[in-house]
Amino acid sequence: MAAAKSETSSGLDRYNRISTGMNLLFHLIFILLALVCIVPIVVILSISFSSEDSIRETGYHLLPTMFSVEAYGFILKQGTVILRAFGVSVLVTVLGTVIGVLLTASMGYVLAQPNYKLKNFLTWVVFIPMVFNGGLVSSYYINANLLGLKDTVWALILPLAVSSFNVIICKTFFRTTIPDGIVESAEIDGASQLRIFFSIIMPISLPVLATIGLFLCFGYWNDWFQSMLYINDQDLYSLQALLNNLMSNVDALARNASTMGISYASLVATMPKETARMAVAILIVVPVAFAYPFFQRYFIAGLTVGSIKG
Amino acid sequence: MKKEEPKRRSARWHKQDTELTLLALPTTVWYILFCFLPMFGIIIAFKNFKISGGFLSNVFNSPWAGWKNFEFLFKSNDAWVTIRNTLGYNLVFILLGILIPVTLALMIGRLHNRRAGKVYQTMMFLPYFLSWVVVSAVIWAFLSFDKGIANQMLNQMGAESVNWYMEPKYWPYFLIFMNVWKGIGYGMVVYLATITGIDSTYYEAAVIDGASIWQQTKYITLPMMKLVIVMMFILAVGRIFYTDFGLFYQVPRDSNSLFNVTTTLDVLVYKQLKTATVGMASAAAFVQSVMGCITILFANWIVRRIDPESAMM
Repeated sequence: MAAAKSETSSGLDRYNRISTGMNLLFHLIFILLALVCIVPIVVILSISFSSEDSIRETGYHLLPTMFSVEAYGFILKQGTVILRAFGVSVLVTVLGTVIGVLLTASMGYVLAQPNYKLKNFLTWVVFIPMVFNGGLVSSYYINANLLGLKDTVWALILPLAVSSFNVIICKTFFRTTIPDGIVESAEIDGASQLRIFFSIIMPISLPVLATIGLFLCFGYWNDWFQSMLYINDQDLYSLQALLNNLMSNVDALARNASTMGISYASLVATMPKETARMAVAILIVVPVAFAYPFFQRYFIAGLTVGSIKG
Repeated sequence: MKKEEPKRRSARWHKQDTELTLLALPTTVWYILFCFLPMFGIIIAFKNFKISGGFLSNVFNSPWAGWKNFEFLFKSNDAWVTIRNTLGYNLVFILLGILIPVTLALMIGRLHNRRAGKVYQTMMFLPYFLSWVVVSAVIWAFLSFDKGIANQMLNQMGAESVNWYMEPKYWPYFLIFMNVWKGIGYGMVVYLATITGIDSTYYEAAVIDGASIWQQTKYITLPMMKLVIVMMFILAVGRIFYTDFGLFYQVPRDSNSLFNVTTTLDVLVYKQLKTATVGMASAAAFVQSVMGCITILFANWIVRRIDPESAMM
């Protein structure tokens, strides 16, 4: 974003700068703030690479006092609980993003058709939930009891799949960037609307689909609330739900001990706990921390799109 | 929702309409199941609702309770503390959530080294992408009584350890700090986009007229940002009955000693739902939904008067 400005900068820019002292002060403030913002990564890394004994004796540190990889060794050898949770997280993220993008884009496309007879009705269907919702209690009972989503992977996927805001972003994109001629000529050629949507609209709409897909992707990966509401079966815990559970009961990591031919008690006694817990946090944070700088541009596009709507 | 474009086709139902309806069907079903059914489910706030067996038969068969659930809710001291917290925290969040990111966005654009600015911005965007569960684990590493980094530092300075999760007096500051910390990257993105969108010729003219940087900020940048700032403010006010559940539930680790300073409407509803006091939970959820709806519509009404393009409808 800063680069965009330098393109338009003129020679005047040289005379129109803050003083060197001011510049230094600003840099200092930003360095401090940036460090505060990446402190979580430092803390999580440090604890996960510490030896369990050093934490038991001297507590947590910003930098490990005794370096050790025992937490990661434990995950590789005995961490079936963790690896399973990783699998659930990946499954929910992938499936949720695909379903969410399809549901969002199809509705956005339909609402972008000026001559569609039910357009007004569906616009209300999308709009009303933006201002009014049934609240947590009735949503909970409907999802858990009426729809039977409790303790299924769908409870983690379906409730988060669509947001009216995303639908409107999509609609605006289709309305403003896709020429009417494309749809009309395909209609004249006899293509059905389904065909037009899947083989013409979807492929040329990648920018908006990528933006919405990314929002969904990070949303699913970071979600723990749905698990807290609907998942009691520990086999369906995602990484977030597992970490949430470990914060109050770290022994849960030894749940599958019997399947590995070790007794539960001996595994609890010998396994690294504090460090393994933070290693779970690493599994959550590292993909995010590596991915977001590359996708930042799409996020910014999505976050600033609010002002342009049709 | 704008005026319709002129109709090119006849008013008759077309083959295209059928196909488009088919295409919209899955999402419409989703909206009915996950948005509209719960809206009707809200009547359980007026019922003596007991969950056992089928949901629908329960809703229809359980006896009407009138305003009883609301009486219970508002007779308890919890309700007032909760509403005070919800509105109070949100007011502070709204003000700081504008003041700090706007200031930082103004500053970062003035750095001589633009590449460094970009790096800072990326780093400050990180908290936005972390879940509250992860953040809570990190806070625990700082505030844990016996192992925490904060107490180690206090001990080194010769001070006594503090049992952070039992001391309500610190938590308003912690929560406000965490909220600012997590939202700072997002806020900067929004305001920087506005700043970079300002036509550079304004500044050129100002420099030629001898305006200082401060004068440029005061008379060009801030006035150009006014609309966005006002919009962000109004939209945030519209959501004043909603709070970030993760911040108020995960970060204080659901500590009972902190109840009075960390319970907001979302937390109250969740806790009562989990302890199966459905009557009070549904009444609190009803209050939140209805008040939320009123404030959002009101905010939207104001937005439309200021800038019709930005209004939801």
